[in-house]
Amino acid sequence: MTYPDPLLDAAGVMVFLLLLTGAAVLLGRYLARLFFRERPPSIVGMLEAPVYRLLGIDPSAEETWRGYARDLLLFNGIGLAFLFVLLLLQGVLPLNPAEVPGFAPALALNTAVSFVTNTNWQAYAGEAAASYLSQMAGFTVQNFLSAATGLAVAVALVRGLSRRETDRIGNFWVDLTRAVLGLLLPLALVAALLLASQGVIQNLDPYIQTASAHQAIAMGPVASQEAIKELGTNGGGFFNANAAHPFENPSPFTNLVEVFLLLLVPAAVPFMFGEAIGDRRQGYVLFGVMLALFLGAFAALYAAELAGNPLLSDVTGIPMEGKEVRFGLAGTVLYATATTATSCGAVNAMHDSLTPLGGLVPLGLILLGEVVLGGIGSGFYTLIAFVVIAVFIAGLMIGRTPEYLGKKIGAFEMQMAVVAVLTSGVLVLVLSGIALALPAGTDSILNPGAHGLTEVVYAFASMANNNGSAFAGLDATALFYTLAGSIAMAVGRFVPIVAILALAGAVAARKTVPPSFGTLPTHTLPFAVWLVLVILIVGALTFFPIFAMGPIAEQLQMAGGV
Amino acid sequence: MARKRVTPVGAFDRDLVRGALVDAIWKLDPRRQKENPVMLAVEIGGILTTLSFLAALASPGAEPALFSGLVSLWLWLTVYFSNVAESLSEGRGKARAASLRASRTGVAARRLSSASLTAPSEEVPSTALAPGDHVLVRQGDLIPSDGEVVAGAVLVNEAAITGESAPVVRESGGDRSAVTGGTTVLVNEAVVRITAAPGQTFLDRMIAMVEGAERRKTPNELALEVLLFALTGVFVVVVANLYPVSAYSAASSGQGAAVGLTVLVALFVCLAPTTIAALLPAIGIAGMDRLFQRNVVALSGRAIEAAGDVNVLLLDKTGTITLGNRQAVAFVPVNGQAHAALVEASLLASFADETPEGRSIVDLARESGAVGTCPDDAVFVPFSAHTRQSGVDCGGVRYRKGAADTIVHEVTAAGGAVPPDFEAKVHGIAAAGGTPLAVSRDAAILGVVHLKDILKPGIRERFEDLRQIGIRTTMITGDNHLTAAAIAAEAGVDDFLGEAKPDDKLRLIRDRQAEGYMVAMTGDGTNDAPALAQADVAVAMNNGTQPAREAANIIDLDSDPTKLLEIVEIGKQILMTRGALTTFSIANDIAKYFAIIPAALVGIYPALSVLNVMGLATPYSAVLSAVIFNALVIPMLVPLALKGVPFRPIPADRLFLSNLVVYGGSGVIAPFIGIKLIDLLVAGVLHL
Repeated sequence: MTYPDPLLDAAGVMVFLLLLTGAAVLLGRYLARLFFRERPPSIVGMLEAPVYRLLGIDPSAEETWRGYARDLLLFNGIGLAFLFVLLLLQGVLPLNPAEVPGFAPALALNTAVSFVTNTNWQAYAGEAAASYLSQMAGFTVQNFLSAATGLAVAVALVRGLSRRETDRIGNFWVDLTRAVLGLLLPLALVAALLLASQGVIQNLDPYIQTASAHQAIAMGPVASQEAIKELGTNGGGFFNANAAHPFENPSPFTNLVEVFLLLLVPAAVPFMFGEAIGDRRQGYVLFGVMLALFLGAFAALYAAELAGNPLLSDVTGIPMEGKEVRFGLAGTVLYATATTATSCGAVNAMHDSLTPLGGLVPLGLILLGEVVLGGIGSGFYTLIAFVVIAVFIAGLMIGRTPEYLGKKIGAFEMQMAVVAVLTSGVLVLVLSGIALALPAGTDSILNPGAHGLTEVVYAFASMANNNGSAFAGLDATALFYTLAGSIAMAVGRFVPIVAILALAGAVAARKTVPPSFGTLPTHTLPFAVWLVLVILIVGALTFFPIFAMGPIAEQLQMAGGV
Repeated sequence: MARKRVTPVGAFDRDLVRGALVDAIWKLDPRRQKENPVMLAVEIGGILTTLSFLAALASPGAEPALFSGLVSLWLWLTVYFSNVAESLSEGRGKARAASLRASRTGVAARRLSSASLTAPSEEVPSTALAPGDHVLVRQGDLIPSDGEVVAGAVLVNEAAITGESAPVVRESGGDRSAVTGGTTVLVNEAVVRITAAPGQTFLDRMIAMVEGAERRKTPNELALEVLLFALTGVFVVVVANLYPVSAYSAASSGQGAAVGLTVLVALFVCLAPTTIAALLPAIGIAGMDRLFQRNVVALSGRAIEAAGDVNVLLLDKTGTITLGNRQAVAFVPVNGQAHAALVEASLLASFADETPEGRSIVDLARESGAVGTCPDDAVFVPFSAHTRQSGVDCGGVRYRKGAADTIVHEVTAAGGAVPPDFEAKVHGIAAAGGTPLAVSRDAAILGVVHLKDILKPGIRERFEDLRQIGIRTTMITGDNHLTAAAIAAEAGVDDFLGEAKPDDKLRLIRDRQAEGYMVAMTGDGTNDAPALAQADVAVAMNNGTQPAREAANIIDLDSDPTKLLEIVEIGKQILMTRGALTTFSIANDIAKYFAIIPAALVGIYPALSVLNVMGLATPYSAVLSAVIFNALVIPMLVPLALKGVPFRPIPADRLFLSNLVVYGGSGVIAPFIGIKLIDLLVAGVLHL
């Protein structure tokens, strides 16, 4: 182990982000073709036609926002019911070489909600609790569908913003199908092959018993799930150790590949948006805002971890507490930043063992509302809700009814934006408050005090924002947490989605005001800075007291030698 | 222009302030306070801390009685200051309304049985008049209700409405027939057809508007309230979360205690956007009042706000861009016609033309030595917007003057021919920005009168300012395209519509609106009414016709079309003031957190005292100082709310940046300084 070199690591991350940006630009253009052209690329067109015939859908029939929302909820409801039943019954279903029993009902509900909402919060240990059938037909399928759902909502919102005086925002089934067939399946296929070639396992073998017979080595179809888990910002690990497990993430190279995959689609969506509305600069600004917050978070986390724990500095001399030796400090920090900036939630280190201030960074990224890249589609649409609020205040300051892309922001748009932005924060505050007031909540805390507080807040933050990573250190299998968590995940996912679709419908119905000198430009640096400030201020104002009693108090105690 | 006000009302007139201070107490009634949900929440907080204070008096609890007592006092003051701000802005309107009301009371009307000066009449109270009734008004009468002069002509003093004591003529026919209830007849008598139902007159609507009784929240205000309400809700949750979280932290760290009720409420009030919520009603009312000071009455708050959004202005050339009176400067005969004949014909054709242009032709003709006479059987043809010509039939000879195309039409219809050099002469004048007025005698075109437009001083700079803030001006004129283009270039408008007929305006507005623009226009004539009704912001001149005034949503009592520009500025000011105070209010929260959170939690985690960056003396003094600052900032910002953020004609991106730095920057810094100063005082005097 060598001591980390910040300059070298910074250079490496810059190169990595440059490659990512290039790929995101290209993918963004492709996505604009996929969703916003009269016809999709011809291969996708050939693949999707039978799907529509099978489902009896007229792909040219567009829906109002209400119809879109109804279909989306219906589809996700069916997915939820299917997965719930599958988990209950997995013990008697085939493809269960480890002979795991069915899930208990509360845990099955929690897990089903978790995968349908793109959260992938795991109150179970994958290799010990889930059969291969559940992993493949349950989790992996939902990994595709929940990601496609998020992307569809973003696409509908972009349509609303780019249209005028119509009540149609697209067809949910078409958007969903194209997201799966035109984007996620082909990319996941390539990614799975790449990962498998680097040592990620892919088999249906029974678990291997070691010679001593004290240990079973878990097997399974890992690469196929690993690929979509990253690509769809899902994050649910095949194994309990998630991407810290060598069969999920064997080397520094796969580590970079996985980070790349989990950032790729969220990074491409702003570019898709710029293409689709015919003003690339608008997309650049949104991506720039995401990237700036990402770099800030990376730097903060890197600095906090490099400083390390003063109480341990005499022990090793290298700040590696809680990090995998395979990935080193930079590889761990990059993964932790990326997985919480996006709503992926896969982890290659337990965030619980970061320094207190270091742990504040992933927690903060989640609590900002998952807008720093965020989930597939969801990061973008939540960011647009922030844009609406930022534009509103800025627009007032220049003396005009605020408008974004020529769309006036009225009371209804404001309501929907506020709901989309604030729902998750309110969920976190209410549920963590209840958890800390009830023995049912505090009993699960393994490290009472400031650290335990952070564990509880992190759990609800992760669930309400559909991230799914765990801080660890909290027994999340208790009934209270499985039920409260189910509520957090479902409300945190679908309430903002409905609000965003309503917003899309409202702006689609509006006229588009042509820009002039009197219009606040939203493609400029001052606006980008303002947007960053609005995001940070909303987050800070909502969570300052909790941060003070959690990570900040803990860091100060640690500095004081406690 | 010297102008006498009906009631001069200063911003901080002593009686007004006294009235507001008293009225604000009555507004503490929660039933009235619920209009402003954020302040209602503060009031509920005040009630809670007052109860906690009383409980602490009865039996000492965790929080000293002096502390919760003082916090309660300042919470009540916060609500009270908010009410004072609102009362103060309403008070000015009420004072004006009272003087307007004086001209409405107890008017008796002479109702006529038919629309004739000599018809039999009966005395009825003005409140009994229905639209369609005819009344007789005489010298010295107060006109009983809004209406139109249908017979006769009167000289009216409209000072009660406009504050302008110079009398105006109101006569039947034409565009100057509307009379307003409450104004006084100075000379002569007339028959007025009533057009307004009782309680719906212009005066009634004006009183309602300036009093704020009819104040409905504007779309923008509603959207802002959504944001403020949501923030308030989030802070309720933040504070509600703080209690169990601090209780858990205290229990697990083994020291300190859960945050007390007074501190929780104090934190909530300091975080809630009280500054903007307290001043929000005042900003709207004060904006309306600023308009009124400029003699403009907005018939809805929506209209003023829309004025701030306008991006296309339709302006009549005459009276707005140019001075009303075009002057005749030359007679240009066509080849083969004598100069004297043209002068003579121009004089005759302009005899009955009472417009300033017509009179200037008569003057110029007389200077040139013409002495036109006509037999008594002469028939005068007045100018109409539709025929666009006027003249006289004098001893069997038709003299006509008018726009070139109409005269050409007139002459060819009579079998005459157009002289070959006519078009060139018309063009020559038009290209120079003048208005060519063709003159004909029977079937012959004699020549062209050159009328010259005179631009209003400073108008060009005004348009330049408008362009800077993204407003395009379109000049509308009946002139031909060439003349219109020359004047448009000279005045610096962005666009023009020449040879406009009344329905062209309507079409132009619809086209622009379909493209997404917000259109404002001014108008006075009956034929403007459809366009006024279509425009987003429609300003009618007070001396315009009744249909025009009814179609409009803003009335300019001075009848000055350039007022539209000021209306736009005031509309923008209202929004800017809201935006600036919202930013200021939210930016304030940063310092308040740094004051209250370490104070509230230092008992649990002593190390958190490093967050006390202001070095506030004690936890109690820190919380109290934040609350006091939060309350005092309201009265300190009242002048800004009433006067509005100054408007500057610069592009949006620069305006945004400068307002963000000024109001956001001061919003971050001011409370750090203010709270520290108050803390020095509180800690020094009270030793809390």
